[in-house]
Amino acid sequence: MAIRTEPSEPFRLLGQKIPYIEGPMKVTGRAEYTDDIHRPGMLVGKLLRSPWPHARLRRVNVERARAVPGVYAVLTGERYPTPFGVLPITRDETAIAVDRARYIGDIVAAVAARDERTAERALAAVEFEVDALPEYSDPRVGRVPVEAPIHAAGLRGSNLQKEVLQEFGAVDAAFQSAAAVVEVRASFAGVTHAFTEPHCTVAEATPDGRLTVWSATQVPHYLHRALSEVLGMPMHRIRVVKPEIGGAFGGKSDPLPHEIACAALALECGRPVKILFDREEVFYTNHGRHPTYNVVRVAASAEGQLRGYDIEAVIEGGAWSSFGTVTTYYNGVMAMGPYAVPNFRYKGQRVFTNRPPSGAMRAHGGTNIRYSVEVALDELAEQLDLDPFELRRRNALRPNSVTVNQFRITSTSFRKCLAAARDRSGWEEKFRKLPFGEGVGLGCGFYISGSNSPIHFTPKMPQCTVHLKADMDGGIAVHCMQADIGQGSNTLLAAIVAEVVGVELDRVHVTPVDSDITPVDIGSYSSRVTFMMGNAARKAAEAMRDRLLDAAHDLTGYPRELLHVGLERYEVAHRPELGVSYLDALHRAMESGGALQTTGAYTSPPMGGTFKGARAGTAPAYSFAAYVAQVRVDAETGIYRVLKVWAAFDCGRPLNRLAVEGQIEGSIHMGLGQLMGEAMEYRGTRLMNPALLDYKIPMPQQMPEVECLLVGDDDPEGPFGAKEAGEGPLVATLPAVANAIYDAVGVRCYDLPVTPDRLLKAIDRRRAAGTPWKDH
Amino acid sequence: MTSQPILRLRINGQPVETPAPPERILLDLLREDLRLTGTKRGCDLGTCGCCTVLLDGRPTLSCLTLAHLAEGREITTIEGVSTGTALHPVQRAFVDLGATQCGFCTPGFVLTAVALLRERPRPTRDQVVEAIAGNLCRCTGYTKIIEAIEAAARAAPG
Repeated sequence: MAIRTEPSEPFRLLGQKIPYIEGPMKVTGRAEYTDDIHRPGMLVGKLLRSPWPHARLRRVNVERARAVPGVYAVLTGERYPTPFGVLPITRDETAIAVDRARYIGDIVAAVAARDERTAERALAAVEFEVDALPEYSDPRVGRVPVEAPIHAAGLRGSNLQKEVLQEFGAVDAAFQSAAAVVEVRASFAGVTHAFTEPHCTVAEATPDGRLTVWSATQVPHYLHRALSEVLGMPMHRIRVVKPEIGGAFGGKSDPLPHEIACAALALECGRPVKILFDREEVFYTNHGRHPTYNVVRVAASAEGQLRGYDIEAVIEGGAWSSFGTVTTYYNGVMAMGPYAVPNFRYKGQRVFTNRPPSGAMRAHGGTNIRYSVEVALDELAEQLDLDPFELRRRNALRPNSVTVNQFRITSTSFRKCLAAARDRSGWEEKFRKLPFGEGVGLGCGFYISGSNSPIHFTPKMPQCTVHLKADMDGGIAVHCMQADIGQGSNTLLAAIVAEVVGVELDRVHVTPVDSDITPVDIGSYSSRVTFMMGNAARKAAEAMRDRLLDAAHDLTGYPRELLHVGLERYEVAHRPELGVSYLDALHRAMESGGALQTTGAYTSPPMGGTFKGARAGTAPAYSFAAYVAQVRVDAETGIYRVLKVWAAFDCGRPLNRLAVEGQIEGSIHMGLGQLMGEAMEYRGTRLMNPALLDYKIPMPQQMPEVECLLVGDDDPEGPFGAKEAGEGPLVATLPAVANAIYDAVGVRCYDLPVTPDRLLKAIDRRRAAGTPWKDH
Repeated sequence: MTSQPILRLRINGQPVETPAPPERILLDLLREDLRLTGTKRGCDLGTCGCCTVLLDGRPTLSCLTLAHLAEGREITTIEGVSTGTALHPVQRAFVDLGATQCGFCTPGFVLTAVALLRERPRPTRDQVVEAIAGNLCRCTGYTKIIEAIEAAARAAPG
């Protein structure tokens, strides 16, 4: 159920529940994913993965592997040693390990063969001589020099990849004069995306000197660049195609080694090659949420006015840098909202280990820090004898304000989120009033609506470009490299065009991402697509609409300013019978130059401070959330159930309510997974549960009822007033449930996941201490 | 090459005869040999449900099923749920109510739901949840999938 009170809906399509346009293809199994592609003469590509956590590859012998009948190519790292990485400043990955294996699962050789069995036989025949190196699995050693640093870039012989120190205002003075100080120390196991579609890439080199790569990627443009750099081919000779994607959540937002290895194999043997991961490889590839240790100290006045945050975080990077420099900043600065905090200090470290790489995962960098802050605020409210809602309301960021680290806040409906969540959840009658074992909790969220700072080598170029083409048939082809990964961006793109041009949705065809055709959009990450693509699409559509209105003016003779957009018609104001049809207007407009083509682009405005790291977390808008969760805890077993979540969310104007609700419901499920049981479990450097049986994703039985409360006011710069809804909806979930558990049984949860055994131990400790809770 | 045993079965109402080695997995037979790629490969270990097909009407994990076990039996894949370009009521409900996001789990869910509604035309919420517990969806939180199955049940005559 979605409740929306205002503003009233001025649009025909936008703001409605718009079914996804590729839905019929997906429900019939006709949608084409990468593994569904079959090319004539296609070979099977397979990767050999390091069984060593950390080893110097002294010598690799591939002679026996090459001699296996049916083998077409065997590659090792030295063939394409150019390093790459999603961030231009930390390129430390290679397609295949060059002289060192850095974790169990690292790619050390690649084979193309006529079938899977032959490929496996060849991989088994690759011979290595290696020197084992010391293995590292604890990021908390920070900047201490080690015997064999995992990367040369590690600071002064340590495994420290990135260190951030930021201080704004007078933090020590704020804490000294504070009436109340709370401290939360928390730890978070790593979690992974666990999308249903395993990674898959198909590559084909053709005699015309070109290379085509079909890949399950969120970032076709970054992949395009990485392929070009590593393979030494100009970009115009490489074509990147993105088929349908079976989920990604950040796990397909780096150019990945296997994608380049697949292309390298295809170049090597002149035949198409497909690499499809098994589920274990998906887990080892990871790039999931960083295992994290953080400490949050909050200072406040006696009235509950926040005076300062003092935050420390150590995050585990695993074997590579990936997005890690950004993640390190985000683990601090994502605490900047939704409250005004006048004094702020953050020390963050990202440390390499010999474990699968961490990277970007939905609500990247924001989830764990928001958890600790929101739990701390719950404790602060209790200490000050304030209602948790009231504490937050008093500190809410104001619209059109600037944070202490110079984030530009334009729209915020956070106070409306608080009011809606409080009212709809019946908070007044429930908080601290439900019987022992039941409770409600509040958690709040804040997230970027697109990074202002593109991971881009040419920063003056647009972050997104949309091309439209209407030809004699009356269909409108939409070209844009935005990556629909299931979130519904194709549908939104089509709906914006149909809305503005004034045509039925089925006239609009979104061309699949193909770098030969679709102009660059930098990809589906940082919750940027609705905001940036939406603005670009709107501009392109308005340009087309204007051409059509000009043609309508030619045909009717009525002044241009009296003409407006109807449905499949352009009409004279107050005299709709005098209008002309869309097709007549289009054909008139085409007389001067054939198919009507327009373009729109988006570049985010300049913003942010000038200090080091100032751009991290700057965004053209921010989403806000206030969630209430209600839980029931069995104090005898520690088993708990989340019964309901009231999810008040400010995504500005929701443009496709079906998609916004879907993102909120899916985010809550994913957030509950991290809170309740998901964990990448390690013994030293060895991942113990690389399988969906042992990696505990919540079952349908564990999914609570969700009530979506979409209360956002229009954002001044968002397309039609919209902001993001893809990642922000996750972050409030975890602390809302944790705070509800506290309300239910009086114990705090500081170590995630909060499994029943951990919870039971905490309940038993409280019992043993003889501290009653709610008369129990 | 040694000659392979011939497997005879019915797929989506049509007789199929195809050579298949004894160890051929049903999922591989469908996807690789017959190019019925609507059946998805998510884990190869029976843990995600993406490869669900109906074997004599019952939801079955094709990644854990030897192809020859289907000898003489009827298999329904997602390609056989509806005819032509029409949609089955379950498919219609999945589209209309937004029960697909990335869509990779969708064929398995649709088949599970079709089998459930054949057996229980008016399932309770608990029965729906129980029926889909073997299918993993990472996008939707199951909310809209459950709603769609219930809507399809309501829409069916009788």
